[in-house]
Amino acid sequence: MTTLEDAKVTPVVLGGVRGGPSVPTLRKDRWWIQPVFTVSVLAAFVAYATWAAFVNNNYFVGAAQHRDLISPFYSPCLTATCVPGSHPGSIITWWTISPALLILIFPLGFRLTCYYYRKAYYRSFWWAPPACAVSDAHGSYSGESKFPLFFQNIHRYFFYAGLVFNTILTIDAIVAFRQPGDGLGFSVGTAVLLINATLLWLYSLSCHACRHLCGGGVKQFSAAPIRHRIWKTLTPLNAKHMVFAWMSLVFVALTDVYVRLVASGAIHDYGFHF
Amino acid sequence: MADEIVRQYVDSASTTGNVTMSVWRGDAGGGGFVEYELEAKEGEVVLDVIHRMQATQAPDLACRWNCKAGKCGSCSAEINGKPALMCMTRMETLPTGEPITVAPLKTFPIIRDLVTDVSYNYEVAKRIPSFNPRPKTNDELKAGGYRMAQIDVERSQEFRKCIECFLCQDVCHVIRDHEENKTTFAGPRFFARSAELEMHPLDVTDRRAILREEQGLGMCNITKCCTEVCPEHIKITDNAIIPLKERVVDASYDPVAWLGRKILRRTKASATEARATSLVSGPPAVQPDTAVRGIPTAVAE
Repeated sequence: MTTLEDAKVTPVVLGGVRGGPSVPTLRKDRWWIQPVFTVSVLAAFVAYATWAAFVNNNYFVGAAQHRDLISPFYSPCLTATCVPGSHPGSIITWWTISPALLILIFPLGFRLTCYYYRKAYYRSFWWAPPACAVSDAHGSYSGESKFPLFFQNIHRYFFYAGLVFNTILTIDAIVAFRQPGDGLGFSVGTAVLLINATLLWLYSLSCHACRHLCGGGVKQFSAAPIRHRIWKTLTPLNAKHMVFAWMSLVFVALTDVYVRLVASGAIHDYGFHF
Repeated sequence: MADEIVRQYVDSASTTGNVTMSVWRGDAGGGGFVEYELEAKEGEVVLDVIHRMQATQAPDLACRWNCKAGKCGSCSAEINGKPALMCMTRMETLPTGEPITVAPLKTFPIIRDLVTDVSYNYEVAKRIPSFNPRPKTNDELKAGGYRMAQIDVERSQEFRKCIECFLCQDVCHVIRDHEENKTTFAGPRFFARSAELEMHPLDVTDRRAILREEQGLGMCNITKCCTEVCPEHIKITDNAIIPLKERVVDASYDPVAWLGRKILRRTKASATEARATSLVSGPPAVQPDTAVRGIPTAVAE
């Protein structure tokens, strides 16, 4: 008989009366600040990202301004409707609305299924629970064990897709050193794209699925020294996953804002060329 | 002796200010908060004040405690609404000028006053498949023949710090707010226990199916409250629950792995068997040591 079979014979019997007061919480601190902050920032980001995705203009700064800057919301721009110069080629010709909508599915999926964001929105939007030791707002609860929430388990596939996008955005940041008509140079826009790509890499590499796939899934570290080394390197990053999640989220929006302001002519992208 | 203890508490309180403690008094038949005004000395913890309360005003107050050093896990309570050990919560960390509430753990049945019946956890502990080591090789049968590498020891050592105070079980909303889930949800303390065994290099039991189907791992929505309240600072969510969730994904939700199994005509059972077999570094010389196998899960009172 295996121990697994042994384990099935003991049912848990419910019973007894709970003590303490029947109130949603006895907490006296300002536990509601965190949910309010999360709702405010995420709602602001979603509102801005939705507008930026549908507006379908001012996402590329091209040769006319001696720059090669593209918004991360629109990269890679693969449809026939993309601004000339902003895309490697019109791969998708039948798509007639904003090309950003094709792209944002992947980063949205990555963040939506992210272990950190799950904590953030389950607490703040779904109130399950709104804070520790504060009552859940729902009468019944099955968590992520049933449809549709068991789809959270596909997080690692969005992680893979995120790596592809990170690579593309890194290439965009390198291409931003190119200043058409002036040769190579460096501008505020280049720095913005570089920081954006760096933060997105940090967010991806600190991901829990990444930590598992790189080494966490190993049963015996001593038998897999290379994977253990990778895991050990990623673990401190993983501890800061929340920080990278917020920083990369805010900065990707700021990057779009900057490119949009430069593309519309509202501001000048200061820089120099070699 | 008893008089001496009483005098010690009364005397030691004479140097500091008053606090109002609002302590839940009652049993399964009902109860309510009772306020006690008494003095608290600088550097004291909540348990000190509770003891002074017992010594001077409420000798019949029921309160479970033992080590008063954050190691026995007995004095768990909800202080100003937050699950915490009374012996590790310093009075100066609590807001002054208002009553400090001390209530019993909400998730478990009440016995009396601050004492709850945490035997639910012991029942769950019985459901956790115990340590199941692979057969020893001839070399390993010799004294000191198997040496566990330090990096493997460290990994599960974090979970062995658990003092079974059950604060994580208490704060987990899956059972705190939904009593009915107690039959299908093991809870964070026991996910940490499963993680400890799952990451043990000698253990060959594949716990992924039982974690998903019988212990309700999928019900955890990673709100990290268990980590927040752990007095041993075990990163239960990041180092136990999420790694277990990812292992369950490997086994049950990974379409690429599923496709691989289909193509290679490998069933889950054979894949599990192969996984366990791959951990055996040498030919088995003897059957598993029955004295080692099936070690009962340790429980603390």
